Amino acid sequence: MKETLQDHAALSDIFNQDEPRVNWHDETLWFVRTKRDRAVNTIPEWELLRETASQIKHNVLSNLSSYLEQFEANAIANGVQVHWAADAKEHNEIVHSILKKHAVNRMVKSKSMLTEECHLNDYLAENGIEVVDTDLGERIVQLADEPPSHIVLPCIHKKKEEIGDLFHIHLGTAAGEADPQVLTEAARQDLRSAFLTRRAALTGVNFAVAETGEIVVCTNEGNADMGVHLADVHIASMGIEKLIPERKHLGFFLRLLTRSATGQPITTYSSHFKKPRPGQEMHIVLVDNGRSRQLGREDFRNSLKCIRCGACMNTCPVYRRSGGHSYQYAISGPIGSILAPNLDMKKHADLPFASTLCGSCSNVCPVKIDIHDQLYKWRQVLVKEGHVSPVKAAGMRGMAWMFSFPAFFNIAGKSGRWFMKYFPFMVNNKLNPWYKEREMPAPPKESFREWYAKREKNKK
Amino acid sequence: MSSRDKILAAVKASQPQLTELPKVTIPQSAEGLAERFTTVATAIGSKVYEISDLEEIKAIVSAQFNSSSRIISSLPEMQDIAETDIAQFDPHSLENVGLAILKAEIGIAENAAAWVPESNAMQRVLPFITQHLALVISKSSLVPTMHQAYEVIGDRDYGYAAFIAGPSKTADIEQSLVLGAHGPRSMTVFLLK
Repeated sequence: MKETLQDHAALSDIFNQDEPRVNWHDETLWFVRTKRDRAVNTIPEWELLRETASQIKHNVLSNLSSYLEQFEANAIANGVQVHWAADAKEHNEIVHSILKKHAVNRMVKSKSMLTEECHLNDYLAENGIEVVDTDLGERIVQLADEPPSHIVLPCIHKKKEEIGDLFHIHLGTAAGEADPQVLTEAARQDLRSAFLTRRAALTGVNFAVAETGEIVVCTNEGNADMGVHLADVHIASMGIEKLIPERKHLGFFLRLLTRSATGQPITTYSSHFKKPRPGQEMHIVLVDNGRSRQLGREDFRNSLKCIRCGACMNTCPVYRRSGGHSYQYAISGPIGSILAPNLDMKKHADLPFASTLCGSCSNVCPVKIDIHDQLYKWRQVLVKEGHVSPVKAAGMRGMAWMFSFPAFFNIAGKSGRWFMKYFPFMVNNKLNPWYKEREMPAPPKESFREWYAKREKNKK
Repeated sequence: MSSRDKILAAVKASQPQLTELPKVTIPQSAEGLAERFTTVATAIGSKVYEISDLEEIKAIVSAQFNSSSRIISSLPEMQDIAETDIAQFDPHSLENVGLAILKAEIGIAENAAAWVPESNAMQRVLPFITQHLALVISKSSLVPTMHQAYEVIGDRDYGYAAFIAGPSKTADIEQSLVLGAHGPRSMTVFLLK
């Protein structure tokens, strides 16, 4: 993956240069959000499900060390080999050592945002191991040498014609062929031969049950199962926060997950892997990589409740109009913006500011994470820690100063309105970042304060 | 100190004060389960047939599917149209299966998902590698939601099991729905009286 030094705003600027394309991106994601709404509205107990899931996850966070030990013991009893990775590097080394042990140099992988977070593919490529991503969207971005731009819809930023061009080069489809049906069939044939020939398969994990030691993987395509059931070795990589206490709790999370993600009542496959197939080896890698640190941050620990549905992205007005790549982190959008600064405050200091704080993300979150509150709190932490540009920090101090003096705030508002009325070019110009992509509104004749003062006076 | 001990110690030091697990039961109506199941199953791309005898499956299969394709079934009643013992086969040898007819243990009305444990799948890969999948579900095993399904599953032991809802699908290319991603191109459900 290419590293850039540009921040979210600069990358969004580039994304916004093609206006019809931005509108298309915006509308496509909003369409997914409306599908979510339709699915949710058929469930009268939806709010009870959200609240219960949130409380279950809270219990998990409050008892995580015991659940981890319980899960490990049960998984081992099921014949699974359990590994622990403190960080991304250790995770990658563990995966590599398992593959080396089996002399495997080609592997299939189903969707796993954790392996994106750990840059596993790059690491394995450096060590001579070829990874084929088998989720169609992930395969497409892999062929394009790009990271996924969305955790559920990895190539949502791509037009079918661009995918057709990629497939023409890599899979030999006809030039100019852009029919999704035809392209999907080509990928099916190509990946089927990969499934049949690879001896190792890596999957992500949606839920891990402490009580039974089993893991659950959700897909629509069936790619996780095709990979695992034809392979001699199954490696499942999971963040330590994926645990849930009991099997019956899956009922709550599976009802919430896909309705929130795509508006489907459930994914086509919810696969429960408990024991390896006879003759097969199954490994589970439990990864911390900053999660225990986030657990210790009282204001931000709720972010670990996330079940990766992507609803906060689909609804976010900033994500929809800036695209996933502008976030420069494996998990983009609002949830990514509260997870990323935990890993590297300096590198991701721009992300909590990539929000209007409208709160729509928190409203759709199936496990009730206070996402927009956390974005607001991260801003304060980042300014305090000195990770915000001096210009922005000075601006914020200036604003804070002005808001603390009502009289000055009054004068500033009045003079602003006066300038907008008589010298509109002072605000309607390219130097004003608020003028970008929008017209400035006509200034009101009076402010709310002035109107209110007048009204109070007239009452008497 | 091993990474395991380091992680567990860090988690223990960071985790908040213990909160209780919520105790919630979500009551559900058991009215019209077959109708609800059928409506959702059809909406997600499955075909549903109500049958009163397993023999009816054979006529539907011969009308709907290519007669020359390889058929495998977990139901001994299907042995004149299907292979019924594949336990010893290498899973890769199932590459050319056209249709698998399997018994599902539970059907869920709210999402048309069917519970297929390993014992019913015959081989774990079969419900995925087959070009077409048919599941037989007893009407008496229909439940309203996931909650009741997990009540039925309880603490049953299995090595592998899956909820399967509809044919394999993807909408990764511009949100256009395509059936038959990597797994079955079609799903047929036989609801048995």
